[in-house]
Amino acid sequence: MKDIFEIIISSLTNQNIALVYILGMCPLIAISTNVKNAKGMGIAVVFVVTLTGIINWPIYALLKATETTNLSLLVFIITIAATVQFLEMFLAKFLPKLYSSFGIYLPLITVNCVVLAVSLFFVNRDYNFVQTAAFSFGSSLGWMLAIVLLAGIRQKLSKYANLPRGLSGKAIAFILLGILSLAFIGFTGLSLF
Amino acid sequence: MKLIRVKYKKWFNILRDGISRSNPIVVAVLGICSALAVTNKVENAIAMGLGVTFVIMASSLTISLMRNIIPPRVRMVTYMVVISTYVISVQAVLQAFFMPIADALGAYVGLIITNCIVMGRQEAYAVKNPVKYSIIDGFASGMGYTFVLIVVAAIREILAFGTILNMPIMAVTWEKWVVMAMAPGGFFVLGLIIWGMRELIKYYENQEEPTS
Repeated sequence: MKDIFEIIISSLTNQNIALVYILGMCPLIAISTNVKNAKGMGIAVVFVVTLTGIINWPIYALLKATETTNLSLLVFIITIAATVQFLEMFLAKFLPKLYSSFGIYLPLITVNCVVLAVSLFFVNRDYNFVQTAAFSFGSSLGWMLAIVLLAGIRQKLSKYANLPRGLSGKAIAFILLGILSLAFIGFTGLSLF
Repeated sequence: MKLIRVKYKKWFNILRDGISRSNPIVVAVLGICSALAVTNKVENAIAMGLGVTFVIMASSLTISLMRNIIPPRVRMVTYMVVISTYVISVQAVLQAFFMPIADALGAYVGLIITNCIVMGRQEAYAVKNPVKYSIIDGFASGMGYTFVLIVVAAIREILAFGTILNMPIMAVTWEKWVVMAMAPGGFFVLGLIIWGMRELIKYYENQEEPTS
Protein backbone atom coordinates (compact mmCIF):
# COMPACT_ATOMS: atom_id res chain seq x y z
CA MET A 1 0.00 0.00 0.00
CA LYS A 2 2.82 2.35 0.89
CA ASP A 3 4.60 1.99 -2.44
CA ILE A 4 1.38 2.69 -4.35
CA PHE A 5 0.95 5.97 -2.52
CA GLU A 6 4.60 6.74 -3.21
CA ILE A 7 4.20 6.05 -6.93
CA ILE A 8 1.24 8.41 -7.18
CA ILE A 9 2.95 11.22 -5.26
CA SER A 10 6.25 10.94 -7.10
CA SER A 11 4.60 10.82 -10.53
CA LEU A 12 2.74 14.00 -9.58
CA THR A 13 5.82 15.88 -8.43
CA ASN A 14 9.48 15.01 -8.96
CA GLN A 15 8.83 12.45 -11.71
CA ASN A 16 6.14 14.49 -13.41
CA ILE A 17 5.67 13.03 -16.87
CA ALA A 18 5.28 16.41 -18.58
CA LEU A 19 7.85 18.53 -16.79
CA VAL A 20 10.60 16.04 -15.98
CA TYR A 21 10.24 13.32 -18.63
CA ILE A 22 9.16 15.92 -21.22
CA LEU A 23 6.32 13.95 -22.77
CA GLY A 24 3.05 15.03 -24.33
CA MET A 25 4.48 18.38 -25.39
CA CYS A 26 2.51 18.92 -28.62
CA PRO A 27 -0.92 19.20 -26.97
CA LEU A 28 0.64 20.81 -23.90
CA ILE A 29 1.89 23.73 -26.00
CA ALA A 30 -1.03 23.84 -28.42
CA ILE A 31 -3.97 23.75 -26.01
CA SER A 32 -2.58 25.72 -23.07
CA THR A 33 -3.75 29.14 -24.25
CA ASN A 34 -6.64 29.25 -21.81
CA VAL A 35 -7.49 27.43 -18.60
CA LYS A 36 -10.88 26.12 -19.66
CA ASN A 37 -9.59 24.17 -22.67
CA ALA A 38 -6.59 22.99 -20.68
CA LYS A 39 -8.86 21.54 -18.03
CA GLY A 40 -10.99 19.75 -20.64
CA MET A 41 -7.96 18.21 -22.30
CA GLY A 42 -6.48 17.28 -18.90
CA ILE A 43 -9.59 15.41 -17.78
CA ALA A 44 -9.78 13.55 -21.09
CA VAL A 45 -6.12 12.54 -20.75
CA VAL A 46 -6.59 11.29 -17.16
CA PHE A 47 -9.51 9.18 -18.34
CA VAL A 48 -7.82 7.66 -21.38
CA VAL A 49 -4.38 7.10 -19.85
CA THR A 50 -5.72 5.32 -16.77
CA LEU A 51 -7.95 3.15 -18.91
CA THR A 52 -5.29 2.20 -21.46
CA GLY A 53 -2.73 1.53 -18.74
CA ILE A 54 -5.09 -0.94 -17.13
CA ILE A 55 -5.95 -2.56 -20.47
CA ASN A 56 -2.38 -2.79 -21.73
CA TRP A 57 -0.98 -4.57 -18.67
CA PRO A 58 -2.81 -7.89 -19.21
CA ILE A 59 -2.11 -7.64 -22.93
CA TYR A 60 1.60 -7.30 -22.25
CA ALA A 61 1.40 -10.29 -19.91
CA LEU A 62 -0.12 -12.25 -22.77
CA LEU A 63 2.65 -11.13 -25.15
CA LYS A 64 5.25 -12.15 -22.58
CA ALA A 65 3.68 -15.59 -22.22
CA THR A 66 3.82 -16.15 -25.97
CA GLU A 67 7.31 -14.55 -26.29
CA THR A 68 6.27 -11.95 -28.86
CA THR A 69 7.30 -8.85 -26.90
CA ASN A 70 8.94 -7.47 -30.07
CA LEU A 71 5.50 -6.58 -31.28
CA SER A 72 4.54 -4.74 -28.09
CA LEU A 73 4.78 -1.29 -29.72
CA LEU A 74 2.43 -2.23 -32.52
CA VAL A 75 -0.02 -3.92 -30.18
CA PHE A 76 -0.01 -1.03 -27.70
CA ILE A 77 -0.69 1.60 -30.32
CA ILE A 78 -3.54 -0.39 -31.81
CA THR A 79 -5.04 -0.94 -28.35
CA ILE A 80 -4.82 2.76 -27.66
CA ALA A 81 -6.40 3.76 -30.97
CA ALA A 82 -9.18 1.22 -30.46
CA THR A 83 -9.81 2.32 -26.87
CA VAL A 84 -10.06 5.96 -27.87
CA GLN A 85 -12.41 5.14 -30.73
CA PHE A 86 -14.56 2.96 -28.50
CA LEU A 87 -14.64 5.54 -25.72
CA GLU A 88 -15.75 8.20 -28.19
CA MET A 89 -18.64 6.07 -29.44
CA PHE A 90 -19.58 5.03 -25.92
CA LEU A 91 -19.67 8.59 -24.62
CA ALA A 92 -21.59 9.89 -27.63
CA LYS A 93 -24.24 7.24 -27.12
CA PHE A 94 -24.63 7.03 -23.34
CA LEU A 95 -23.19 10.18 -21.79
CA PRO A 96 -23.81 12.94 -24.34
CA LYS A 97 -23.22 15.70 -21.79
CA LEU A 98 -19.73 14.46 -20.94
CA TYR A 99 -19.10 13.87 -24.64
CA SER A 100 -19.89 17.46 -25.56
CA SER A 101 -17.54 18.72 -22.84
CA PHE A 102 -14.45 16.75 -23.82
CA GLY A 103 -15.41 14.83 -26.94
CA ILE A 104 -13.46 17.18 -29.17
CA TYR A 105 -10.19 16.39 -27.40
CA LEU A 106 -10.54 12.62 -27.67
CA PRO A 107 -9.30 12.09 -31.26
CA LEU A 108 -6.22 14.19 -30.44
CA ILE A 109 -5.25 11.87 -27.63
CA THR A 110 -4.17 9.00 -29.87
CA VAL A 111 -1.10 11.03 -30.86
CA ASN A 112 -0.41 12.21 -27.31
CA CYS A 113 2.87 10.56 -26.34
CA VAL A 114 1.83 10.30 -22.68
CA VAL A 115 -0.55 7.46 -23.46
CA LEU A 116 2.06 5.31 -25.20
CA ALA A 117 4.83 6.37 -22.81
CA VAL A 118 2.94 5.16 -19.74
CA SER A 119 2.60 1.74 -21.37
CA LEU A 120 6.29 1.65 -22.28
CA PHE A 121 7.40 2.81 -18.82
CA PHE A 122 5.54 0.11 -16.90
CA VAL A 123 7.23 -2.44 -19.15
CA ASN A 124 10.65 -0.93 -18.45
CA ARG A 125 10.08 -0.76 -14.71
CA ASP A 126 8.45 -4.19 -14.21
CA TYR A 127 5.42 -2.83 -12.37
CA ASN A 128 2.72 -5.25 -11.22
CA PHE A 129 -0.92 -4.64 -12.01
CA VAL A 130 -1.83 -2.43 -9.04
CA GLN A 131 1.35 -0.40 -9.40
CA THR A 132 0.59 0.09 -13.10
CA ALA A 133 -2.88 1.38 -12.32
CA ALA A 134 -1.47 3.77 -9.71
CA PHE A 135 1.30 4.92 -12.05
CA SER A 136 -1.04 5.60 -14.99
CA PHE A 137 -3.45 7.53 -12.79
CA GLY A 138 -0.70 9.51 -11.06
CA SER A 139 1.20 10.47 -14.17
CA SER A 140 -1.89 11.51 -16.12
CA LEU A 141 -2.93 13.64 -13.15
CA GLY A 142 0.57 15.12 -13.17
CA TRP A 143 0.21 15.96 -16.85
CA MET A 144 -3.11 17.68 -16.14
CA LEU A 145 -1.49 19.66 -13.32
CA ALA A 146 1.23 20.84 -15.70
CA ILE A 147 -1.11 21.91 -18.50
CA VAL A 148 -3.46 23.77 -16.15
CA LEU A 149 -0.56 25.60 -14.46
CA LEU A 150 0.95 26.57 -17.81
CA ALA A 151 -2.41 27.71 -19.18
CA GLY A 152 -3.01 29.89 -16.13
CA ILE A 153 0.35 31.62 -16.54
CA ARG A 154 -0.03 32.06 -20.30
CA GLN A 155 -3.51 33.49 -19.96
CA LYS A 156 -2.33 36.15 -17.51
CA LEU A 157 0.80 36.80 -19.54
CA SER A 158 -1.08 37.43 -22.79
CA LYS A 159 -3.18 40.04 -20.99
CA TYR A 160 -0.50 41.99 -19.20
CA ALA A 161 2.92 41.36 -20.72
CA ASN A 162 4.38 43.12 -23.74
CA LEU A 163 6.73 40.56 -25.29
CA PRO A 164 9.02 40.81 -28.32
CA ARG A 165 7.21 39.57 -31.43
CA GLY A 166 9.30 36.48 -32.00
CA LEU A 167 9.13 35.43 -28.38
CA SER A 168 5.38 35.69 -27.95
CA GLY A 169 3.26 32.58 -28.36
CA LYS A 170 5.14 29.31 -28.35
CA ALA A 171 8.68 30.42 -27.52
CA ILE A 172 7.69 32.00 -24.21
CA ALA A 173 5.72 28.86 -23.35
CA PHE A 174 9.00 26.94 -23.37
CA ILE A 175 10.70 29.39 -21.03
CA LEU A 176 7.73 29.13 -18.68
CA LEU A 177 7.87 25.33 -18.85
CA GLY A 178 11.55 25.48 -17.98
CA ILE A 179 10.85 27.51 -14.85
CA LEU A 180 7.97 25.21 -13.85
CA SER A 181 10.21 22.21 -14.44
CA LEU A 182 12.90 23.65 -12.16
CA ALA A 183 10.30 24.06 -9.44
CA PHE A 184 9.07 20.49 -9.83
CA ILE A 185 12.58 19.05 -9.77
CA GLY A 186 12.89 20.81 -6.42
CA PHE A 187 10.56 18.17 -4.99
CA THR A 188 13.30 15.54 -5.36
CA GLY A 189 14.12 13.97 -2.01
CA LEU A 190 10.69 14.73 -0.61
CA SER A 191 9.85 12.10 1.98
CA LEU A 192 6.43 11.65 3.48
CA PHE A 193 6.95 8.82 5.94
CA MET B 1 23.55 24.16 -65.21
CA LYS B 2 20.49 26.33 -65.56
CA LEU B 3 18.59 23.44 -67.07
CA ILE B 4 19.39 21.27 -64.08
CA ARG B 5 18.25 24.02 -61.76
CA VAL B 6 14.94 24.30 -63.57
CA LYS B 7 14.46 20.56 -63.68
CA TYR B 8 15.06 20.08 -59.97
CA LYS B 9 13.58 23.37 -58.85
CA LYS B 10 10.65 21.74 -57.12
CA TRP B 11 13.01 19.43 -55.23
CA PHE B 12 15.17 22.33 -54.12
CA ASN B 13 12.14 24.26 -52.96
CA ILE B 14 10.79 21.36 -50.95
CA LEU B 15 14.19 20.84 -49.35
CA ARG B 16 14.75 24.49 -48.51
CA ASP B 17 11.29 24.93 -47.02
CA GLY B 18 11.63 21.85 -44.88
CA ILE B 19 14.77 23.21 -43.28
CA SER B 20 13.89 26.86 -42.88
CA ARG B 21 10.46 28.25 -43.62
CA SER B 22 8.35 25.26 -42.67
CA ASN B 23 10.78 23.72 -40.24
CA PRO B 24 8.68 21.30 -38.20
CA ILE B 25 10.08 22.36 -34.84
CA VAL B 26 10.59 26.08 -35.21
CA VAL B 27 7.42 27.04 -37.04
CA ALA B 28 4.88 24.34 -36.32
CA VAL B 29 6.33 23.35 -32.90
CA LEU B 30 5.73 19.63 -33.44
CA GLY B 31 7.66 16.63 -32.22
CA ILE B 32 9.03 18.42 -29.19
CA CYS B 33 8.98 15.51 -26.75
CA SER B 34 11.90 13.67 -28.26
CA ALA B 35 13.59 16.91 -29.28
CA LEU B 36 14.02 17.79 -25.62
CA ALA B 37 14.26 14.47 -23.88
CA VAL B 38 17.19 13.01 -25.83
CA THR B 39 19.24 16.11 -26.57
CA ASN B 40 21.58 16.16 -23.58
CA LYS B 41 24.32 14.55 -25.72
CA VAL B 42 25.08 15.18 -29.40
CA GLU B 43 25.42 11.47 -30.22
CA ASN B 44 21.91 10.76 -28.92
CA ALA B 45 20.57 13.67 -30.96
CA ILE B 46 22.17 12.35 -34.15
CA ALA B 47 20.83 8.84 -33.58
CA MET B 48 17.35 10.15 -32.85
CA GLY B 49 17.37 12.53 -35.82
CA LEU B 50 18.47 9.86 -38.26
CA GLY B 51 15.93 7.41 -36.83
CA VAL B 52 13.12 9.89 -37.29
CA THR B 53 14.30 10.82 -40.79
CA PHE B 54 14.35 7.18 -41.78
CA VAL B 55 10.89 6.56 -40.36
CA ILE B 56 9.42 9.61 -42.12
CA MET B 57 10.97 8.70 -45.48
CA ALA B 58 10.06 5.03 -45.33
CA SER B 59 6.49 5.62 -44.24
CA SER B 60 6.06 8.46 -46.75
CA LEU B 61 7.17 6.04 -49.43
CA THR B 62 4.75 3.36 -48.28
CA ILE B 63 1.78 5.65 -47.77
CA SER B 64 2.41 7.39 -51.06
CA LEU B 65 2.46 4.06 -52.88
CA MET B 66 -0.81 3.04 -51.26
CA ARG B 67 -2.46 6.45 -51.48
CA ASN B 68 -5.09 5.39 -54.00
CA ILE B 69 -6.23 2.30 -52.16
CA ILE B 70 -6.42 3.55 -48.56
CA PRO B 71 -10.08 4.08 -47.59
CA PRO B 72 -10.29 7.64 -46.18
CA ARG B 73 -12.13 6.59 -43.05
CA VAL B 74 -9.41 4.30 -41.73
CA ARG B 75 -6.39 6.27 -42.94
CA MET B 76 -5.22 7.23 -39.43
CA VAL B 77 -5.02 3.63 -38.30
CA THR B 78 -3.22 2.73 -41.53
CA TYR B 79 -0.59 5.43 -40.85
CA MET B 80 -0.20 4.15 -37.29
CA VAL B 81 0.43 0.57 -38.38
CA VAL B 82 2.87 1.55 -41.14
CA ILE B 83 4.78 3.94 -38.87
CA SER B 84 5.01 1.53 -35.96
CA THR B 85 6.33 -1.20 -38.24
CA TYR B 86 9.26 1.02 -39.25
CA VAL B 87 9.82 2.18 -35.67
CA ILE B 88 10.11 -1.42 -34.52
CA SER B 89 12.77 -2.01 -37.19
CA VAL B 90 14.70 1.11 -36.09
CA GLN B 91 14.57 -0.14 -32.52
CA ALA B 92 15.83 -3.56 -33.56
CA VAL B 93 18.75 -2.07 -35.53
CA LEU B 94 19.75 0.18 -32.62
CA GLN B 95 19.66 -2.69 -30.17
CA ALA B 96 21.65 -4.95 -32.46
CA PHE B 97 24.47 -2.57 -33.43
CA PHE B 98 24.46 0.46 -31.12
CA MET B 99 23.61 -0.88 -27.69
CA PRO B 100 24.88 2.12 -25.60
CA ILE B 101 22.83 4.57 -27.66
CA ALA B 102 19.76 2.31 -27.47
CA ASP B 103 20.16 2.30 -23.69
CA ALA B 104 20.50 6.08 -23.52
CA LEU B 105 17.43 6.65 -25.70
CA GLY B 106 15.39 4.05 -23.83
CA ALA B 107 11.65 4.31 -24.31
CA TYR B 108 11.99 7.41 -26.51
CA VAL B 109 12.75 5.32 -29.61
CA GLY B 110 9.33 3.72 -29.32
CA LEU B 111 7.82 7.14 -28.91
CA ILE B 112 8.80 8.07 -32.49
CA ILE B 113 5.40 6.56 -33.34
CA THR B 114 3.59 9.37 -31.60
CA ASN B 115 5.95 12.02 -32.95
CA CYS B 116 3.50 14.39 -34.61
CA ILE B 117 5.96 15.23 -37.40
CA VAL B 118 5.77 11.74 -38.90
CA MET B 119 1.99 11.60 -38.78
CA GLY B 120 1.73 15.20 -39.97
CA ARG B 121 3.79 14.59 -43.12
CA GLN B 122 1.69 11.54 -44.04
CA GLU B 123 -1.55 13.44 -43.65
CA ALA B 124 -0.39 16.70 -45.18
CA TYR B 125 1.79 15.49 -48.03
CA ALA B 126 2.36 11.80 -48.72
CA VAL B 127 -1.27 10.82 -49.01
CA LYS B 128 -1.87 13.12 -51.97
CA ASN B 129 1.46 13.41 -53.77
CA PRO B 130 3.51 11.10 -56.01
CA VAL B 131 6.24 8.92 -54.56
CA LYS B 132 9.37 10.85 -55.54
CA TYR B 133 8.22 14.16 -54.06
CA SER B 134 6.94 12.44 -50.93
CA ILE B 135 10.37 10.95 -50.25
CA ILE B 136 12.09 14.31 -50.75
CA ASP B 137 9.53 15.97 -48.50
CA GLY B 138 10.06 13.35 -45.82
CA PHE B 139 13.83 13.82 -46.10
CA ALA B 140 13.50 17.59 -45.81
CA SER B 141 11.30 17.46 -42.74
CA GLY B 142 13.56 14.89 -41.15
CA MET B 143 16.64 17.01 -41.84
CA GLY B 144 14.99 20.14 -40.46
CA TYR B 145 14.22 18.17 -37.33
CA THR B 146 17.71 16.68 -37.07
CA PHE B 147 19.29 20.10 -37.57
CA VAL B 148 17.41 21.66 -34.64
CA LEU B 149 18.09 18.58 -32.50
CA ILE B 150 21.83 18.78 -33.12
CA VAL B 151 21.97 22.52 -32.40
CA VAL B 152 20.08 22.09 -29.13
CA ALA B 153 22.21 19.10 -28.16
CA ALA B 154 25.48 20.88 -28.95
CA ILE B 155 24.59 23.85 -26.75
CA ARG B 156 23.43 21.63 -23.91
CA GLU B 157 26.40 19.29 -24.08
CA ILE B 158 28.94 22.13 -24.08
CA LEU B 159 27.32 23.82 -21.11
CA ALA B 160 26.52 20.69 -19.15
CA PHE B 161 29.61 18.55 -19.70
CA GLY B 162 32.10 20.83 -21.50
CA THR B 163 32.35 18.36 -24.38
CA ILE B 164 31.10 17.71 -27.91
CA LEU B 165 30.71 14.07 -28.99
CA ASN B 166 32.57 13.23 -25.77
CA MET B 167 35.64 15.26 -26.83
CA PRO B 168 36.51 17.88 -24.21
CA ILE B 169 36.51 21.36 -25.72
CA MET B 170 36.18 23.63 -22.70
CA ALA B 171 38.99 24.39 -20.23
CA VAL B 172 39.44 21.98 -17.34
CA THR B 173 38.31 24.66 -14.93
CA TRP B 174 34.92 24.89 -16.71
CA GLU B 175 32.17 24.90 -14.10
CA LYS B 176 29.58 22.38 -15.34
CA TRP B 177 26.00 23.62 -15.55
CA VAL B 178 24.25 20.52 -14.28
CA VAL B 179 20.83 22.00 -14.93
CA MET B 180 21.50 22.00 -18.69
CA ALA B 181 21.59 18.20 -18.75
CA MET B 182 18.19 18.04 -17.08
CA ALA B 183 14.75 18.94 -18.40
CA PRO B 184 14.74 22.70 -17.61
CA GLY B 185 17.91 23.25 -19.65
CA GLY B 186 16.23 21.72 -22.67
CA PHE B 187 13.20 23.95 -22.30
CA PHE B 188 15.27 27.13 -21.98
CA VAL B 189 17.58 26.34 -24.91
CA LEU B 190 14.75 25.32 -27.23
CA GLY B 191 12.68 28.38 -26.28
CA LEU B 192 15.57 30.70 -27.07
CA ILE B 193 16.36 28.87 -30.34
CA ILE B 194 12.76 29.14 -31.50
CA TRP B 195 12.85 32.85 -30.72
CA GLY B 196 16.10 33.35 -32.62
CA MET B 197 15.06 31.34 -35.67
CA ARG B 198 11.73 33.10 -35.87
CA GLU B 199 13.41 36.50 -35.85
CA LEU B 200 15.72 35.19 -38.59
CA ILE B 201 13.01 33.90 -40.94
CA LYS B 202 10.59 36.66 -39.95
CA TYR B 203 7.83 34.35 -38.77
CA TYR B 204 5.61 35.83 -36.11
CA GLU B 205 2.52 34.47 -34.42
CA ASN B 206 -0.46 36.71 -34.01
CA GLN B 207 -0.89 37.97 -30.51
CA GLU B 208 -3.12 35.31 -29.07
CA GLU B 209 -6.40 36.33 -27.51
CA PRO B 210 -7.74 34.25 -24.65
CA THR B 211 -11.14 33.05 -25.81
CA SER B 212 -12.81 32.57 -22.48
